[in-house]
Amino acid sequence: MGTERSDLTSIAPKKTSGINRHMGFSWKTYLKRYWTLYLLLVIPIAFFIIFRYTPMSYILLAFKKNNILIPPWKVEWARNNGFQWFLKAFKDQDFIIALKNTIFLNLLDLVIGMPMPIMMALLLNELAYPKYKRITQTVLYLPHFLSWVIISSITLRLFATNDGIINKLLGTSIPFVGNPNNWRGTYIFLGIWKECGWNTIIYLAALTSISPELYEAAEVDGAGRMRKIWHVTLPGIRSTIIVLLIMNLGHILGSEFDRPFTLSNPQVTEASKTISIYVYEKGINGQQYSLTTAVGLFQSVICVFFLLMSNALAKKFGERGIW
Amino acid sequence: MSIVNETNKLSSRKLRDGMIKSRKTRIGDLLIAFICLILMLLCLLPMLHVLASSLSSADALVKNEVFIWPKGWNIDAYQTVLTTEKYVRSLGWTAILTLICTLLSISLTVCAAYPLIYTNLKGGRFINFIMLFTMYFSAGTIPYYLLLSRLGMLNTPYALIFPNCISVFNVIIMRSFFFGVPDSLREAGEIDGASPIRILVQIYLPLSLPVIATLSLFYAVGRWNGFSDALMYLKKSESEKYWPIQLLLYNVIKNSTQTNEQAAQEGFFANGVSKTIQMATVMFATVPILLVYPWLQRYFVSGVTIGAVKG
Repeated sequence: MGTERSDLTSIAPKKTSGINRHMGFSWKTYLKRYWTLYLLLVIPIAFFIIFRYTPMSYILLAFKKNNILIPPWKVEWARNNGFQWFLKAFKDQDFIIALKNTIFLNLLDLVIGMPMPIMMALLLNELAYPKYKRITQTVLYLPHFLSWVIISSITLRLFATNDGIINKLLGTSIPFVGNPNNWRGTYIFLGIWKECGWNTIIYLAALTSISPELYEAAEVDGAGRMRKIWHVTLPGIRSTIIVLLIMNLGHILGSEFDRPFTLSNPQVTEASKTISIYVYEKGINGQQYSLTTAVGLFQSVICVFFLLMSNALAKKFGERGIW
Repeated sequence: MSIVNETNKLSSRKLRDGMIKSRKTRIGDLLIAFICLILMLLCLLPMLHVLASSLSSADALVKNEVFIWPKGWNIDAYQTVLTTEKYVRSLGWTAILTLICTLLSISLTVCAAYPLIYTNLKGGRFINFIMLFTMYFSAGTIPYYLLLSRLGMLNTPYALIFPNCISVFNVIIMRSFFFGVPDSLREAGEIDGASPIRILVQIYLPLSLPVIATLSLFYAVGRWNGFSDALMYLKKSESEKYWPIQLLLYNVIKNSTQTNEQAAQEGFFANGVSKTIQMATVMFATVPILLVYPWLQRYFVSGVTIGAVKG
């Protein structure tokens, strides 16, 4: 696994191939031989230019007046040296709430949601019956394949305050999705329910690369199940955990749309409104394009910043990081 | 690497089976198996509940008598869904859309990934960079929306097909898989005078069926479950005919909860009927995927692993 990871870090893995052996280099023979490769790349590159890089020119709008009738570079600059919309966003109570909610929900996801798949992977790893293990894995992957629309429609039935099955079974009437704090709990729980099994895949793969000799040695030393997990298994998957931690930290201000949007309801908007929903409501529904482009830019920049920071931090502690 | 892993796994299993287990270990094993059973139930019960609800009578549903076994067996809800034009059209359209998008996406992913394994390709590093860069920095929701509006794609089915037809993540998975194919095969082809395209079609693609299956599953699931792009890009009422099933379902459920109180006043029955229909629609929207993914499990597990390690 170690050797494989090193070539992901360099952008183009170094491998020798047939072309190397040509003595001189001539564009003519080169193109004659490989022009078809460029042909294959034409549509993908066109895709990236049109749908990924052209939108970046609209980022300019974040510093311009709210006008989409003419191209963004022709629009007049916004007030406050172009920072009008950023200032406006931070004065907007709705945005502050959305920002807080995004960070809070993501932190909860990180703190509660991240250890779960690790524990589940350890559990599956200890499962002694191979066939049963396979079935368990298949079933645990199921929720990953459900959309948030489906999950929210099931949730609304199961967790309903008065006539939901859960409350009926418990003999209570807890408003699981009806008050902000409970809603947060339900949101986190559902996130874990959906992705926990799926996220074990990567840990289970890392676990298979731990040498069995280490377990043998530990057994000879008289280590029980828990001690083996603590001293062999966990250190064996440490670098995987750190890579995923970096990725998650990078997304601390990123926000999903489907999950909060479909689970939200009018009683809990103070908890459920995240930046993605704010952008949708103010931008697409409210046509405040400059303001919401500014918010999106802020979000993207912070994401990149966090990713770089956490990667640097991981490297400082002697880990490999993600590049 | 995978072969080494397999042997490791095998030897550790042999090791575990070969050793005489202490009583404590055996109790531990059973306990773990039991916890796994509970976790499985946790994943399955909600779906079973939906299935049972969709097969129950409206009356039983309103009285909340259904848990995981249908009460008052009937398939009226399914009949209603299958005879309501709105649902049938949306399901059919989503299926066609998913097929188109998956075919397009997988072809473009191969096109993007294959040239990159020629590491001496002039400009290959640059092309690689412009792809990877978009994974870390994206323009954001509104710029995408404005672009589609400028291209005249809003409220057309193109808005659901093109903007996300290549996922960089999947290109990386595909490329890593291609890298795993021994170079000697490609060199043998080159010596025989085969063009790069011919090498792709005759050597790489046949060897890559597992990863193609995996990525097709990812693309298909993404499109079938896709919701937010339809919500944002198909706003006008005349584009309602292009609504994928997820958006339709979302609106049906939202409207039914909004009119819940009203329905309650009009009598429970109407509300119950709509609930069974909703549950039948949920079944229609999930079953196609649930039927497919277990068969591809072996493949997607390795796909995810490559992706995560490379990502």
